[in-house]
Amino acid sequence: MTHLDLLTFARGSALNWALIIFVIGIVLRLFEIFGLSRKADLATPRTHSPGSGWRTMLARSIPPPGMLKRDPVTYIGGYVFHLGLLFAIFFFAPHIEFFRSMTGLHWPNLPTALVDASVVAAMVALGMLLAHRLNNPVKRMLSGFGDYLAWTVTLLPLLTGYMAYHHLLFEYTLMLSLHLFSVELLLVVLPFSKLFHTFSVFISRWYNGDIFGRKGVAS
Amino acid sequence: MSATLAKGINSFKEVIDAPIASFFSSCVHCGLCAEACLFYTETGDAEYTPIHKLEPLRRVWQQEYTLLGKLGKMLGLSKPVTDAELAAWEPLVYDSCTLCGRCAMVCPVGNDMTYMIRKMREGMAASGHAPEDLVGATMRSITIGSPMGIKWPAVLAQIKHVQAETGITVPVDSPGAEYLVLMSSMEIINFPEYLSALSRIFKQAGVTWTLAQDAFEATNSGIQIGASDLAREIVSRIVVAAERLQVKCVISPECGHAFTALRWEGPNLMGRPFGFEVKHILEVLDELHAAGKIKTKGQDARPLTYHDPCQIARRGGVVEQPRRLLNAVAVDFREMPDAGVMNWCCGGGGGVSANSRAEPLRLEVFKHKKAQIEAVEVQTLITACANCRIVMEEGLEHYHMKVEVVGLTELVAQYLVEDKTT
Amino acid sequence: MKITQKAEIIPGTVGEGLAQRGVTRREFLQYCSTLAALLALPPAMAGAMAEAISKARRQSVIWLSFQECTGCTESITRSHSPTLENLIFDLISLDYHHTLQAASGEAAEQARMQAMKDNDGKYLLIVDGSIPLGNPGYSCIAGISNLDMLVETAKGAAAIVAVGTCAAFGGLPMADPNPTGAVSVGDIIKDKPIINVPGCPPIPVVMTGVLAHFLTFGGLPEMDALGRPKSFYGETIHDRCYRRPFYDQGKFAQSFDDEAARKGWCLFKLGCKGPVTYNACATTKWNDGTSFPIQSGHGCIGCSEPNFWDAGSFYQALSMPVTATPSMLAGAAAVGAAAGVAITWHNRSTKAAAKAVHEKVTVQDLTREVK
Ligand code: SF4
Ligand code: SF4
Ligand code: SF4
Ligand code: SF4
Repeated sequence: MTHLDLLTFARGSALNWALIIFVIGIVLRLFEIFGLSRKADLATPRTHSPGSGWRTMLARSIPPPGMLKRDPVTYIGGYVFHLGLLFAIFFFAPHIEFFRSMTGLHWPNLPTALVDASVVAAMVALGMLLAHRLNNPVKRMLSGFGDYLAWTVTLLPLLTGYMAYHHLLFEYTLMLSLHLFSVELLLVVLPFSKLFHTFSVFISRWYNGDIFGRKGVAS
Repeated sequence: MSATLAKGINSFKEVIDAPIASFFSSCVHCGLCAEACLFYTETGDAEYTPIHKLEPLRRVWQQEYTLLGKLGKMLGLSKPVTDAELAAWEPLVYDSCTLCGRCAMVCPVGNDMTYMIRKMREGMAASGHAPEDLVGATMRSITIGSPMGIKWPAVLAQIKHVQAETGITVPVDSPGAEYLVLMSSMEIINFPEYLSALSRIFKQAGVTWTLAQDAFEATNSGIQIGASDLAREIVSRIVVAAERLQVKCVISPECGHAFTALRWEGPNLMGRPFGFEVKHILEVLDELHAAGKIKTKGQDARPLTYHDPCQIARRGGVVEQPRRLLNAVAVDFREMPDAGVMNWCCGGGGGVSANSRAEPLRLEVFKHKKAQIEAVEVQTLITACANCRIVMEEGLEHYHMKVEVVGLTELVAQYLVEDKTT
Repeated sequence: MKITQKAEIIPGTVGEGLAQRGVTRREFLQYCSTLAALLALPPAMAGAMAEAISKARRQSVIWLSFQECTGCTESITRSHSPTLENLIFDLISLDYHHTLQAASGEAAEQARMQAMKDNDGKYLLIVDGSIPLGNPGYSCIAGISNLDMLVETAKGAAAIVAVGTCAAFGGLPMADPNPTGAVSVGDIIKDKPIINVPGCPPIPVVMTGVLAHFLTFGGLPEMDALGRPKSFYGETIHDRCYRRPFYDQGKFAQSFDDEAARKGWCLFKLGCKGPVTYNACATTKWNDGTSFPIQSGHGCIGCSEPNFWDAGSFYQALSMPVTATPSMLAGAAAVGAAAGVAITWHNRSTKAAAKAVHEKVTVQDLTREVK
């Protein structure tokens, strides 16, 4: 099997299966959550603000007063990582082509050099966050196999993508295949791991905002 | 009949709902919730990380309600939650959580640990892993009518005392009154000023009110221990009395968790919305004040600050009212750092103050309140929860601080313009 | 026939051939320096190379064409003026090529046998086209199957040059579902040095370069893992593409006739496979250095790579899935929903069962039985 064959496999069957498992997994997990339902709240809400859940969905991205100072590494590392990842996934021209082929939607891309920089930033942030996880007593206690797995499968696509672009270690076609395989690993792992927070974060934030909102508190 | 592990696990399965499933799915183990919880910030002990307090509940969710968990269980790969584990978690779930809700304001993925701990306690209680003192308090609430074992005659004695002092008749079981007034055991025993302040305020405002002989106690140990079946029984006494007396509104006293029990949990425990309103006394005072029904004259010159009781501010939405009232009666009102919905708990909510085993820890974590008070350099601390008040008085004494704690209702009464002729 | 320079012309050598075609020594030197550059040799080598090649006997070559389209031969024989491209024919003595030679039938086969005998162990075998293993009848010459002819002719060859992607890697005939069971030369011959010169068609000057190298050094140039001469296939089209700055700036043509395409922006989104194609087009260019596909507005289709034909549409960006479709995702979502309904049903029965066995908690239930 030559490198191009490997790449064709990575873009073909391997990608198909990864996407299928990913989509099935996400839908299944969403059912799993919503299927448990919740009892209607019979207490009269203080404010009739159906928007409180949606508000918290966005507002929770900003550190509450005093928190940034308590744990700057987590917040700053978290921001840099998530933004870097977001840029890399959604604003690199080749990636947009992927989304276009799957959804028909497309949007303007960023210059490659900027994407490259954001990937580096995201990787550095991931490294910082790992060091923090290993050093901070709370994080270390909370962390288990799942957390380190999530960290690894998130780093790999960034790393392989960076290495492919810069022609590091292996020749481009092989590295590009490895990049795709790492993305496929991520797709398969995501629905069934901590990485599912990519989706569930909106649900949990919504519930949080709703629970507080009914009591008249913007959370 | 007695508590068993099976009953506990069964309760866990019952209480897990969509919000809890989303919370556990979302947690990224970032540890930020620990930074919001005074049990961690003051002790540095990672065990007190809020989400960690929920670990047994999380495992039941994972094993029972997720695909991978179910597979793991089928293949015999998962360890079931054991009695020993629940026993080990008891101090985490009861002694080191005041259900203050601060962690829920901070978690970046929006997890509401307070919501979960409240529910987890159902299983802890059903499996016999609730602290002895809370079991005793609940027992007394059910059998005697009040967690501290207070009976109507004690209230009656206080009524007589108030009537003698103010010359105002305290109405009891008077049908058709606008407000049904409740009290907390703490107030009955420790703070008779509350009833006397209320009598004067209501007389001045010209509103009708009443106490109810069979429903004077507002607190609800059933909720603190996490036994909804018992909480329902306790809250139903109030609902029955309010409906019998056909009041428009039931006033929750200066007690945080009593407000939560009646205002937010009550209708859900009863399974139906109430035909009357439930308000915290501060809401009522603020309304009367805004409507011009009560007026204040003169202002307290002392520098003072206000402690937001968690269940009233963060978990109750009563934040602006106390500030409006305070600004009316005080010249030098200073806000503590993090005041309002991000205020720090006194350390004694959620049943912690009723749990003598937790006392050393409670006093240790009071350091945070101490620092907050010191930051504003006051000798007067106003609050609106009798439980916070007791806990803070103990804490202040423990740390040899000369700070007086005053209930906001009393403070308002102190500057009330009273028309002696009517 | 004009002889422009006095030089010692030894009969039967390349020099004689060149002289007969009117190639001046100056011109030849110039070719040699170009070749040296292409072969990544030091410039000083050009003279020595010219010397060596002029003195060398014209290399005996047997050229076998199997399952092919004659595109490779076309590519190499197109030009008529003395150019770098057709220099090839001055370097060799083409003893057998059934498309080009005048002889046919028995006589032609006779010529092949003669050449094999005369130059046993020394002739160069050039192959274009793939070899069908399915049914010998799919392709045979003078009643001899491709396989037999290849095996027979390879025996006495000094080296084999597999010209074009078909001979080198199976090419188009091998594309899915490969009806003839086509394979490459390398799949059959294991005991001879083989150099692959893939491309569909290959760049003529690469052939010239390889032959020049063989004549000068008597061996094959350095090759990559796929047996391609490194000096020509060492870098991707993308890494040498003049549109690369646009790629880096994120400027892409969206269609073949939009403003961006007119401005010469990168063709990645139009399916260019330059990033994963190792070939020399971007540097040597085609038709006497006139242009190359990307320069004339079409993306690289990756023709010098094995199985390029099956590597997804030529007009889909490299980052697009080869076969995944939105409807596939919709199908997966439906399966997920069905599984979700099943798991929800299971969860709800678990919860309902828990509710059913719930006994109303009384105060006595708060304590455990003391054993
Ligand atoms: S509710 Fe309050 S006491 Fe309980 S874990 Fe959260 S922050 Fe800590
Ligand atoms: S703050 Fe939220 S996400 Fe972070 S560890 Fe606590 S519960 Fe988990
Ligand atoms: S046109 Fe093709 S080879 Fe040239 S830069 Fe764009 S992608 Fe690369
Ligand atoms: S540009 Fe690409 S497809 Fe075109 S001839 Fe060159 S290698 Fe082949």
